[in-house]
Amino acid sequence: MSETSDQLYNFALLDEDAKREIRRKLLKAVAIPGHLVPFASRDLPIARGWGTGGLQITLSIITPDDTLKVIDQGDDESVNAVNLRRLITRTTGVATTTDTAAATIIQTRHRIPEEPMRADQILVLQVPMADPLRWVEPNLERATIMHSEADYGKMWVYMYESVVRAGDLRIASQYPVIVNRRYLMDTTPIPRWDVPKLHMADTLYLFGAGREKRIYAVPPYTVVEPLQFEDYPFRTEYRPGQRCARCGADNTFLTEHFVSDSNGGRWETTCSDAAYCAKRVAQMEATA
Amino acid sequence: MIDDWILRVEQLSKHFGPTCPDCRRLTGPDTGRSQCPRCGTVWACVEANLQLNAGEVLGIVGESGSGKSTLLQMIYLALRPDSGHIWYRDNGGPPRDLTTLDRYEARLFRNTKLGIVYQRPELGLNMRFSVGGNVAEKLLLAEWRHFGRIRARTAELMVKTELPPERIDDEPPTFSGGMLQRVQIAKALASRPSLLLLDEITSGLDVSVQARVLDLLRRIQWEDRITMLLVSHDLGVVRQLARRTIVMKNGHIVEAGLTDQILEDPQHPYTQLLVSSAL
Repeated sequence: MSETSDQLYNFALLDEDAKREIRRKLLKAVAIPGHLVPFASRDLPIARGWGTGGLQITLSIITPDDTLKVIDQGDDESVNAVNLRRLITRTTGVATTTDTAAATIIQTRHRIPEEPMRADQILVLQVPMADPLRWVEPNLERATIMHSEADYGKMWVYMYESVVRAGDLRIASQYPVIVNRRYLMDTTPIPRWDVPKLHMADTLYLFGAGREKRIYAVPPYTVVEPLQFEDYPFRTEYRPGQRCARCGADNTFLTEHFVSDSNGGRWETTCSDAAYCAKRVAQMEATA
Repeated sequence: MIDDWILRVEQLSKHFGPTCPDCRRLTGPDTGRSQCPRCGTVWACVEANLQLNAGEVLGIVGESGSGKSTLLQMIYLALRPDSGHIWYRDNGGPPRDLTTLDRYEARLFRNTKLGIVYQRPELGLNMRFSVGGNVAEKLLLAEWRHFGRIRARTAELMVKTELPPERIDDEPPTFSGGMLQRVQIAKALASRPSLLLLDEITSGLDVSVQARVLDLLRRIQWEDRITMLLVSHDLGVVRQLARRTIVMKNGHIVEAGLTDQILEDPQHPYTQLLVSSAL
């Protein structure tokens, strides 16, 4: 048994056979970018749907020398992030950080950090629905055949219908992409803002869907192309003139929230990536 | 006669079941059965041969369970035959055996060269997509990626098939039965296929709607010189569209010839029965 912070558990909670199986599946996923690889998703002391897929990947690849960052919707302090971080550190004893640049493994839900990631880092994404064809083909067997034949006509009709109904490609999250010019892939509920970060990235992206028992990956320097029309190209969410109320950034993904005050309150936009925003504020204060 | 065939089917067979040594003896038109009484195997299509020339309409008639739709599904590459060959030739070029295509190649071939119209619109259309989306699917499969051009082509096809183009964004359940058949025809024609397969397309439609759909097909066939394979149990439909006809019974082709000749002077006892019961 490995050294852990709590000897009641094996290092990283999972037994070594389980970790080995997941690592084998990860190798397959990296070898076939965007392809959904089935794996034996284990029961964990958190509920399905709370990031068990991403957690199993993190627990399988983490080493005592790693530095971990866990975020949820861009925030290091949300309930989901705090609980997952606590479970991982308690069973591994690894160091944690909120600084993207200092982390070696980042587990995330719904966001890719704003700060560019490096080749020596791994981003693990929690996936609620692994197969983008689920929107157009509820039968799993038929969807698998469609993937094997690259039969994505129905998904293209889904995009066509999006333009018909909304006047533009208004898919807010889980934007479908073609990976390595072959497989259709769900980008998980990251906003459109983060989708271009998958294309030709320095970082390895690993995706885990615990409930659906699927793993997939986007290795570094892989071509990732969003589905789009020549006259309706893919666009990220960007409203000119909008800035973060805290750090003043106008080149980050912003979220709106209501701030109460004596005048009845107001809507304010701030960076979704809370740690990046705090880092910028600290830098500004240091230089001021 | 000019040898301008586009499709040639040779000894095509399909059965469903384990088979036994007596299967073939105990089934077929002479026995009046397709299913072997000993092992339960259904002989859906047995050693079918046919040739389809460019620009012609060939009818396939027979009662329910005679193997017409199985033969059509094999030609559409949706069902893999047990034996035999399906030769396809484009503009007199070298023939290709479609039975050797893998699933991926078969799908590509189906999307570009073939169109199909089913008896039941829900088989050919996705009821959750708009009518325009359904027709556009064929264009998107053929790598069309310009939304404006897709819309224009879809509207053009709707006009061609006598559908109101202003209803391009309506969903199929809001259309009548005859209109849904025309939507299917528009979808089938979208990629300008070489061969259009029609599977009992007028069954379930009232007589006046039937006549409109048949008129439409006649006009399309005349204007585009498109080759059609028409499966029907209705001799009247076949008489209106097909120059040549083959008759199937219990998985076997029992008679083939010019449609008028078959209807006026049927040779096989089953064809005689079919014609006399239709008149």
